[in-house]
Amino acid sequence: MLEILQYDFMRNALAAGFLGSIACGIIGAMVVVNRLVFISGGIAHASYGGIGLAFFAGFPPSLGAGLAALVSALTMGLVSHSRKHRADTFIGVIWAVGMSMGIILLDLTPGYRVDLMSYLFGSILMVPASALWTMAGLSLAITILVLVFYKDFLAMSHDEEFARAMGGPVTALYFLLLVMVAMTVVMTIQVVGLILVIALLTIPSYIAEKYSGSLKQMMLLAVIISTVFTQTGIWLAYYLDLTTGATIVLVAAAAFIISGLLPGRSIKGKAKHKS
Amino acid sequence: MRPRYIQMNENAIEIQNLSFAYNPHPVLEEVSMQVKKGEFLAVLGPNGGGKTTLMRILLSILKPSRGQARVLGSPPGTLPHLVGYVPQSQSKADKFPITVRDTVLLGRLGPLGRWRHFTDRDSELARQALEQVGMQDCAGRNIGSLSGGQRQRVLIARALVAQPQILFLDEPTAAVDQAFHTRFYDLLKGLNDRGTTILVISHDLSVLSSHVKAVACVNRSLYYHDSAEISQEMLEKVYHCPVELIAHGDVPHRVLRHH
Repeated sequence: MLEILQYDFMRNALAAGFLGSIACGIIGAMVVVNRLVFISGGIAHASYGGIGLAFFAGFPPSLGAGLAALVSALTMGLVSHSRKHRADTFIGVIWAVGMSMGIILLDLTPGYRVDLMSYLFGSILMVPASALWTMAGLSLAITILVLVFYKDFLAMSHDEEFARAMGGPVTALYFLLLVMVAMTVVMTIQVVGLILVIALLTIPSYIAEKYSGSLKQMMLLAVIISTVFTQTGIWLAYYLDLTTGATIVLVAAAAFIISGLLPGRSIKGKAKHKS
Repeated sequence: MRPRYIQMNENAIEIQNLSFAYNPHPVLEEVSMQVKKGEFLAVLGPNGGGKTTLMRILLSILKPSRGQARVLGSPPGTLPHLVGYVPQSQSKADKFPITVRDTVLLGRLGPLGRWRHFTDRDSELARQALEQVGMQDCAGRNIGSLSGGQRQRVLIARALVAQPQILFLDEPTAAVDQAFHTRFYDLLKGLNDRGTTILVISHDLSVLSSHVKAVACVNRSLYYHDSAEISQEMLEKVYHCPVELIAHGDVPHRVLRHH
């Protein structure tokens, strides 16, 4: 079983899965508790516009995806702040418009049409070593930012109004969180593709939440669970000759269903202290 | 602009011609009020009358449409370390993975400042605050496993832990049981006796009448009744406001007689 480790692409894939899991676990936990799942999906899909622009204008697609993710994240942040009651509609529009712009820009790009599937469904078996360094850098940056502002993020996530009353920089933290979501999305596109990013952001965190007593624990557990999913998915996909990104997501989905059948921490806690 | 040095020292809260609208619906119109330091003020009024909105403006959660407010002589939000806040009980945070202890610790956020981390002293203060509300045995439990009343006590501890100079409470006893209720208002009275300014939104006149020093009624406009002692007259004034009464406790008939 270990013989596949002799391939560079396999080692890179497993490393990419691990690095992506760090970001997905930490940021996914905050996405889940802050109910930013829809915004995250929007950021992921809108980043396709940047990929289209990159091919059209001739710069690296990951740079295009990153810029588009950043711009759409900040736009959605502004919209969700200023037009709270219809924020989801606007996010849906940005989601679709970004995606469509990507498709049209690729239509307009002359010459060889790249394999778009790799951006939609991931290309973890083709991750170059250079991308691993970028992923490591982004994961490190996210980890440090969350550690430095942990108590502020915790206060905001738990009770936004109280955090505001206590002088917490809630608006700034909200935008910082969205920027980190954008960074995570760009990394995770490599792993499972932009359509499936949402699964790795939500499923590990959702499972982790059931067994966690604190946000920190939830993040750590989500990183571990996400790592298990990506590594298992990569191996399974290799041996069964399946698309890696989709296999990872189905591994996660299976765990999601199983965890739904098992009792979580809160249920046990309630049974113990009946008062 | 305005030479108000003396009042700045005396007043915990100054509100001048304050208006707020969830456009286009006006919630507060031209509200003015001055609350002395050391005051124990009950804020009454019908649901939707703007009580909570006014409190949120004073806490810098909302920005007023017009007019200005000052808390302890400064614009709202600029002295978070001197302010305590007990929000209305809500079920939104139910599933959040956080212990009772950590929830209370977050009340130290204001005094702590941006770049510092919680210290042993903060933990000790959190322990004391939990004792004050009788929740010390639940410190390690998850907030989601508590009953509504227990959760409300934790939120009270979270406000007390900051050792605030001014304490804002938005229906703090809506969910708690009667025994704690009385104990809680005695606790507030103790804090008030030691100089803490207290603003409490509550419908519960039976307890308020024996503790508060003044009453403000908010129903889009604000009516302020400054009364050094709780009197029949004050209660009567209260009833002239459109207040929804929920009377329980030892003296319900006295309350209802004027209704």
